[in-house]
Amino acid sequence: MTDAFKIWSYLSSQPLLWLCATLFAYWIGDALFVKSGRNPLVNAVLIAIVLLSLMLWATGTSYEKYFDGAQFVHFMLGPVTVCLAIPLQANLMAIRRALLPIAAALIAGSCAAVGSALGIAWLLGADHTLLATLSPKSATAPVAIGISQGLGGEPTLTAVMVIITGIVGAICVTPLLNLIGVRDWRARGFSVGVAAHGFGTARAFQVNETAGVFASIGMGLNAVLTAFLAPLFLRLFQ
Amino acid sequence: MLVPAFAIILLFQLVGEVISRALSLPLPGPVLGMVFMVIALSMFPKLGDMVTPIAQGILRYLALMFVPVGVGIVANIPTLEAHWLAISASVVVSTLFAIVVGALTFVFVARLTGSKADD
Repeated sequence: MTDAFKIWSYLSSQPLLWLCATLFAYWIGDALFVKSGRNPLVNAVLIAIVLLSLMLWATGTSYEKYFDGAQFVHFMLGPVTVCLAIPLQANLMAIRRALLPIAAALIAGSCAAVGSALGIAWLLGADHTLLATLSPKSATAPVAIGISQGLGGEPTLTAVMVIITGIVGAICVTPLLNLIGVRDWRARGFSVGVAAHGFGTARAFQVNETAGVFASIGMGLNAVLTAFLAPLFLRLFQ
Repeated sequence: MLVPAFAIILLFQLVGEVISRALSLPLPGPVLGMVFMVIALSMFPKLGDMVTPIAQGILRYLALMFVPVGVGIVANIPTLEAHWLAISASVVVSTLFAIVVGALTFVFVARLTGSKADD
């Protein structure tokens, strides 16, 4: 019988183990999310990240080693961004019918997200790298990671910011907009799509179909706008 | 149809990447690829029939694809420890602020322009 050490040294030199672990960790996270009745607090991605981090820590594996395997999943961020064109194109008619409110809310919401995120972090003493890391956090993850990389931020930290933003938005959107009395489902969906990307969009679809469609429009448009706004606002806080 | 659809999706990303780099645009290559895809889908409806089933399959797993980068948090714990207040205040407040500003702007301009919801 080959001893366990030899098997382990084989596995840790190959991408197989960590690719497999990534898929299983997400599967577990997603199963728990479904089981919780799709509670936005029980987030599949967050659960997967915690499980994998614990595994890396327990086995003394470096992030670089892990990424050798996980890069195959990571690669799909590019194609999945291109795929966002499909829901966006399908809703072009709905966009045309509410063109002005959409344009105004997009610009206002996106500026509010990027501007206030940078302003608050800057006031609390964040350095340039951290500001660049935070600036795209309302955009959908694949886009935010690309923007952060381009601006000299820390893409891995941006991914975590994006996820936390999504969770905060998904949890707070309904009570918050009830509080200020916004009843138009288009406005409710669109604003959470802009501010909290895919997580907000998924939440909007749970609450109301129209809200969901407008949230996906908001998410798609904000992905494009944030790519322009993040470098502009970043220059203000230097 | 899996391979042709996936090949087309990758081609759009490739074209986006090349143009973004060639013109040093602020838009990441995949975002530019997405913009081109929206235009192409509007011009050639047949492209949609071909790409949509595969694209929707991939989109269902959108969340999975940011797990590898997210695990990178283990490499960033010192930064998080040093700046936890700036990070958490910035993320939470800006998200809530952006929702309120976006929703109120939408309602205000919709009222101004007489744009009504369908339902």
